[in-house]
Amino acid sequence: MAKLTLPAAELMYSGHSACPGCGAALSMRLLLKGLGPRTILSIPACCWTVIATPYPTTALGVGVLDNPIEATGASISGLRAAADALGYKDLNIVGFAGDGGTADIGLQALSGMLERRTNAIFVMYDNEGYMNTGIQRSGATPLGAWTTTTPVGPTSHGKSESKKDIMAIVLAHNPVYAATLNPAFPEDFDKKVEKARDLPGPRFFHIFAPCPPGWKFSSEETIELGRLATDSGIFPLYEVENGVYRITRKSGSLKPVAEYVKAQGRFRHFTPADTEALQAQVRSGWEHLQRMEAETRPTGVPELTKPAPRPIPVPST
Amino acid sequence: MARIVISGNYAQSYAAKLARVDVISAYPITPQTSTVEKLAEFVASGELPAQFVKVESEHSALQVVVSASALGARTYTATSSQGLLLMHELMHWASGLRTPIVMGVVNRAVAPPWNIGADHTDTISQRDTGWIQFYAESNQEVLDTVLMAYRLAEDPAVRLPVMVTEDAFYLSHTVEPVDVPEAREVDLFLPKRDARAVLVPGMPGRVGSFTGPDHYVEFRRELAKATERVIPILQQVEEEYGRVVHRYHGGPLTTYRVEDADAVLLTMGTASTTARSVVDEMRAEGQKVGLAKLRLFRPFPTESIRRLAGEVDRLGIADRSFAFGSTGPVETEVSAALYTAPHRPALSGFFAGIGGRDVTPGEIRRMYDALLHGGPTENRWIDLEEQEARAHG
Repeated sequence: MAKLTLPAAELMYSGHSACPGCGAALSMRLLLKGLGPRTILSIPACCWTVIATPYPTTALGVGVLDNPIEATGASISGLRAAADALGYKDLNIVGFAGDGGTADIGLQALSGMLERRTNAIFVMYDNEGYMNTGIQRSGATPLGAWTTTTPVGPTSHGKSESKKDIMAIVLAHNPVYAATLNPAFPEDFDKKVEKARDLPGPRFFHIFAPCPPGWKFSSEETIELGRLATDSGIFPLYEVENGVYRITRKSGSLKPVAEYVKAQGRFRHFTPADTEALQAQVRSGWEHLQRMEAETRPTGVPELTKPAPRPIPVPST
Repeated sequence: MARIVISGNYAQSYAAKLARVDVISAYPITPQTSTVEKLAEFVASGELPAQFVKVESEHSALQVVVSASALGARTYTATSSQGLLLMHELMHWASGLRTPIVMGVVNRAVAPPWNIGADHTDTISQRDTGWIQFYAESNQEVLDTVLMAYRLAEDPAVRLPVMVTEDAFYLSHTVEPVDVPEAREVDLFLPKRDARAVLVPGMPGRVGSFTGPDHYVEFRRELAKATERVIPILQQVEEEYGRVVHRYHGGPLTTYRVEDADAVLLTMGTASTTARSVVDEMRAEGQKVGLAKLRLFRPFPTESIRRLAGEVDRLGIADRSFAFGSTGPVETEVSAALYTAPHRPALSGFFAGIGGRDVTPGEIRRMYDALLHGGPTENRWIDLEEQEARAHG
């Protein structure tokens, strides 16, 4: 069995109130492992408002400030300004928002924070919908997916629009670091967190956070689905450091998205044509990403030849 | 102590500088802009070693200072009208998180139609957000009140946000001589913030959180109790400010020539200055009139109003806004305060100075005449009546 290199310290405790198999809960656990206890989180209205447990308890071993759903970017600018004014050193300031609180209602404050070059990390944990309110569509819901506000019926066939490209929006602001993270790949996840932790300036994580009740899959399949998402190109893993793209997991040929689609009830109504439409989007996204990696590769630096990624075994219980 | 000639907006900036604020955040809006421009100058010149976070909206401006305050910083922001309305959700957050923010607000009319004149609708709309609200009459009062606001806001028994308002243009852009206290005097009165119940780096804890009905009521009751402690603590704060800076503004409600008055008019903000001169004129003519100036609208000084009511038989209230579907907001408060009072004067409410309309001596006199010689005027929208009177020569 491969040896995990993740930090041993736990800053997220048992007793939290996440659903079984919650990708957002795994993401928080891994994030805090990489960041350590000198971290202050600002959390808007989202699943994590509830997961962190009600007053007077907390499931987190760090300081947490609640903020309204649209204001996370501003909140972390304020926390950083206070930390600087009061002389707090080595403090990680982190906004931890859902996809709605980042890419929809939170977009203005996120843009403001990036433009101001706030020295903080903005995390979007992407469960691809308004899950805390009961599975409504968001800008981050993928094309064709069923939600309670994009039902399937005679005049409606799931979400008719494509997923909003939050990474492109963020990258247009030239952050010092932006990356996609997937808790199904904990070592890649942790490497990115630890790398970003020590970079000064605005940083952004787009985290893939599967939602069993929202996506309609069985809670023990979260990791499997997460791996499939990356290996099919639905959620490629990459990082962009000062404009330079690097794909952090290349698994040769992509698996067909049909496997990913079949694994979730929210795509149950998909026709072969729907799957093909999604496949076409994935293909062009993957090609674009490879192009960006090639185009932004610093001159004179050859592409790293990496050994084939080694699967991390899931301990059997 | 240095006497300088400055606008109400600059009085805000000088006060924030003297308060040695740690974090400032603001978004520009007419007529607030010169306050934050001056603060930007203070920060740029190194005179004020603060973090100035320039944001993309008022909503974010208030969130920045809420979060900075939650980490223990002393904070300042300023806005007006539409900007304040955009902040509304955060207004509740600021008081609910018990962050002792001080905010300057220039009272400006609310659109539509667009209008940048003086009007109290913007701050009155924030009545129930848990903020302490002061209305200033002069630039001197602006400066002194902002400094006192920090002491009040940060008092461990209060821990509430405070807004100090000034009428658009009459104060925001009108220069007056202002005595600016020395930094060492202010430092004696206002030491560094004693930050409690804030986020501490390295310590687990949650500021905000969520609760069911099991704890929520307790949080709201604590907030209510904090507002109930404001008026007695304000008295201590004013006395201490007086000892150090030698100026005293007279508590939440100040009166002028109300002894033996047949009629008293209650005003907020700059209308008070005009009314005071009308009182002098009318007194010289032998008419027994007086003035009450309301400085503190939230929490509402019920006891002071009752004491005043015990001395007069006719009380007029000049509101610089109108609560649609009801009447003047200050009139409503006064009525409620007097319902159980042993002596209840006849009340007349007027709406004057809406949307930057001048509250002229003639208008004030019209209100006193209505109080002295019968019931309310037919048209309580005094601005309109004045317009009509002028039109008919």
